[in-house]
Amino acid sequence: MMPALSLRNIVVALLLLMLLLVPVYALVVGNNFVLSLFTRIVILAIAATSLNLIMGYGGMVSFGHAAYLGIGGYMVGILAYEGILSGFVQWPLALLVSALIAFVIGLLSLRTRGVYFIMITLAFGQMIYYVGVSLNRYGADDGLTIYRRSNFAGLLNLSNKTVFYYFCLLLLLATIYLTWRLVNSRFGMAIRGARSNDRRMHAIGFPTFRYRLTCFVIAGTICGLAGVLLANHTDFISPAVMHWTRSGDLIVMVVLGGMGSLFGPLIGTVAFLALEEVLSGITEYWQIIFGPMLLAIVLFARGGIDGLLAGIRRG
Amino acid sequence: MLLFVEQFLNGLQFGLLLFLLAAGLTLVFGIMDLVNLAHGSLYMVGAYFAATFTAWTGHFVGGVLLALVATLLVGMAVEVIAMRRLYGRDHLDHVLATFGLILFFNELVRLIWGPAGMNLTLPPWLNTAVEILPGVYYSMYRLSIIVVALAVATGLYLIVMRTRIGMLIRAGASNREMISALGINIKLLYTFVFGVGAALAGLAGLMQAAILTAQIGMGENILILAFVVIIIGGIGSIRGAFIAAIFVGLIDTVGRAFLPDILKLALSPAAAATAAPALSSMLIYLVMAIILVVRPAGLFPAPGSR
Amino acid sequence: MADALLRVAELTKRFGGVIASEGVALDVADGELHAIIGPNGAGKTTLIGQLTGEIAPDSGRIYFAGQDITALPTHQRSAIGMARSFQITSLFLDMTVLDNVALAVQAHAGHSFRFWTPARSERALRAPAQAALARVGAADRGNVVVADLSHGEHRQIEIAMALATRPRLLLLDEPMAGMGPEESARLVNLLRELKKEYTILLIEHDMEAVFALADRISVLVYGRVIATGTPAAIRVNPEVIQAYLGEQQAVTGHG
Repeated sequence: MMPALSLRNIVVALLLLMLLLVPVYALVVGNNFVLSLFTRIVILAIAATSLNLIMGYGGMVSFGHAAYLGIGGYMVGILAYEGILSGFVQWPLALLVSALIAFVIGLLSLRTRGVYFIMITLAFGQMIYYVGVSLNRYGADDGLTIYRRSNFAGLLNLSNKTVFYYFCLLLLLATIYLTWRLVNSRFGMAIRGARSNDRRMHAIGFPTFRYRLTCFVIAGTICGLAGVLLANHTDFISPAVMHWTRSGDLIVMVVLGGMGSLFGPLIGTVAFLALEEVLSGITEYWQIIFGPMLLAIVLFARGGIDGLLAGIRRG
Repeated sequence: MLLFVEQFLNGLQFGLLLFLLAAGLTLVFGIMDLVNLAHGSLYMVGAYFAATFTAWTGHFVGGVLLALVATLLVGMAVEVIAMRRLYGRDHLDHVLATFGLILFFNELVRLIWGPAGMNLTLPPWLNTAVEILPGVYYSMYRLSIIVVALAVATGLYLIVMRTRIGMLIRAGASNREMISALGINIKLLYTFVFGVGAALAGLAGLMQAAILTAQIGMGENILILAFVVIIIGGIGSIRGAFIAAIFVGLIDTVGRAFLPDILKLALSPAAAATAAPALSSMLIYLVMAIILVVRPAGLFPAPGSR
Repeated sequence: MADALLRVAELTKRFGGVIASEGVALDVADGELHAIIGPNGAGKTTLIGQLTGEIAPDSGRIYFAGQDITALPTHQRSAIGMARSFQITSLFLDMTVLDNVALAVQAHAGHSFRFWTPARSERALRAPAQAALARVGAADRGNVVVADLSHGEHRQIEIAMALATRPRLLLLDEPMAGMGPEESARLVNLLRELKKEYTILLIEHDMEAVFALADRISVLVYGRVIATGTPAAIRVNPEVIQAYLGEQQAVTGHG
């Protein structure tokens, strides 16, 4: 479809190369912070990629997506707290619960459109946040420390920071590959059609609700996986990761990188966290710059970074 | 019984507070078709203004009035500088841009007032209890919130239903041409409506600040409740917002107060103690979900809205 | 009528106090081209909305091939062979022409819970889509993004998408709307070809086209069908002339 050597492809290739080399750099320089930062970037990029699936390709602006980060994380935390450390139990359960909750939220909110949908996903996301706050047994407001990472019976040692990083990176690439297959399949075409013109989709014979709901569940499940990774990365989970402003961050990452583009969310996540690092180096009050920057991006660069690289304007 | 009266009034008071916040949101949405996440920031700004001005002037009512005017002006400035450029654009654009505004306002408040919260001190005449029923005392301040908010709600109703400006407001976004045909300066009308919405949010914020404190991010959680109010009431409908706000305020407050006892009837005390906090914080969202299933456009959908 | 493909009985729809359809009765026989004409505000849009399932009637029934479809959702009406084109172009503007039409094919090629194979390389979707494009004379436009097409081309794609669903009945909602005379003439030729294969319900403002193409015409005025008949009969129907055609006799008289 695209010329192999476009500016955008070069940037993506360089970015991937950089991600591959991060642990090497960290080892050589002896800087653990970089590895930790990039582990976080990679995990959030998985979450952003999953949001892009529904938002960028499916036109479903979910403002409650961070809830699944919390659900995945809490499943790991709670099971660990109750003495169940096996990743073979923790992870499938976490994904299953994420999928179930996404199914229920989707079932209710996808009946609505536009602003209603934004507000309702916002409200349900906040509901999940408050459930986290009220979990008195599991630390309530203060969160829950996870003393042991998920145990994969010697197959995979998640406590090794380098192994964990590469494992996360692998999952990110798998997520992007999955997204690519998905959005170009019949299912993906149906989803894109529903975003573009849902009325027409019905007229040509598509019951779009079931496809949009399925898409919503897939995205929630993938984000739940990101939550599982995040909890293992920070050894901690608290309601704060589910606050609606975190969902806002995820939306910003996706839009910053470029909606409906495969690598856009990854680029956006890197840019978001890099901006945070750079701006907070300039001033303690960095959001006083970042806030208006967002406004400027909305007004002047809607295609995101990916759009600028590709040199095309998106609608 | 005593407790119930008090909780009922608390719920009513909270509901009216929610209405003040939701009214501005729903007006701005109904007229300008704009989703404003930064509405909670104006709520916060009002609280900080009030705390500052009452301390400066040493006069409670004077400080509050000054704070309202100041919030009105901030709102109008925000409209002129930022919001105006967002009309007619995608709702996602609104969400992102106003999300940026939240970050900006939070940081600005931290820069000006510091990270610690601020107290809004009540004058002695408000800081008492009154006997509302024989033997039943209630906070004078909370009672005055109820009275003030009801007065504002009535005033708003009269303006929207009885005046020329109200007619223009009701004509709404769908009739932009009609409004211009009448020779009304739409830009000015929009700035004015946005400013009034801001002042209402500021009023809610400063009233809450005297009960809790003025804090950074104080508007973020209550904003979502205001959204729930709008979803239940129907986007763009002032009347819907009023009824839904009282409804949400009562359910939330009364639910939190009595749900543990009710659950104890059905569950073991231990299970009830575990389930009650989670369930009572979910309560209004569950109510919202149910209403959504029955009436996807809310209880009082405004004409012409989807 | 036993061999009616589409039968509408006593269809009534009110919006508040406004009556949009009042006891509408209509028979579209298998194989005919049936036109509906009527002045603005006669209730044509509401009628087509009810036929396609986007608007629920207050009362009355709609039958398609003998089956009561009054309560059937829009997408299922498409599934049993009713296809429509939109008066105001309603396409997937951000996709290519071929993607648009292929989606219409896909809708009728089983469910779309297929997550892995790239849909754009499926011959089973692309070939019929290409054929539908060729049918409307837009075979060479497949790779153009729809937003970049002209208005007339949009109208062509509208029809191609309807054809791609392999319908038994085509509901064409003012297909000539906004077309120049040359484009209109071409479309009339196309419809003349299509009517050999499809049953067509044509809602159209262009009288010249209607009288040239239709086997039968129904006249809708204020939500009621005031007359149904052959073009020749409609042309001389005094009620129609009085209610509607009077002002346009100059056009129809020359047929």
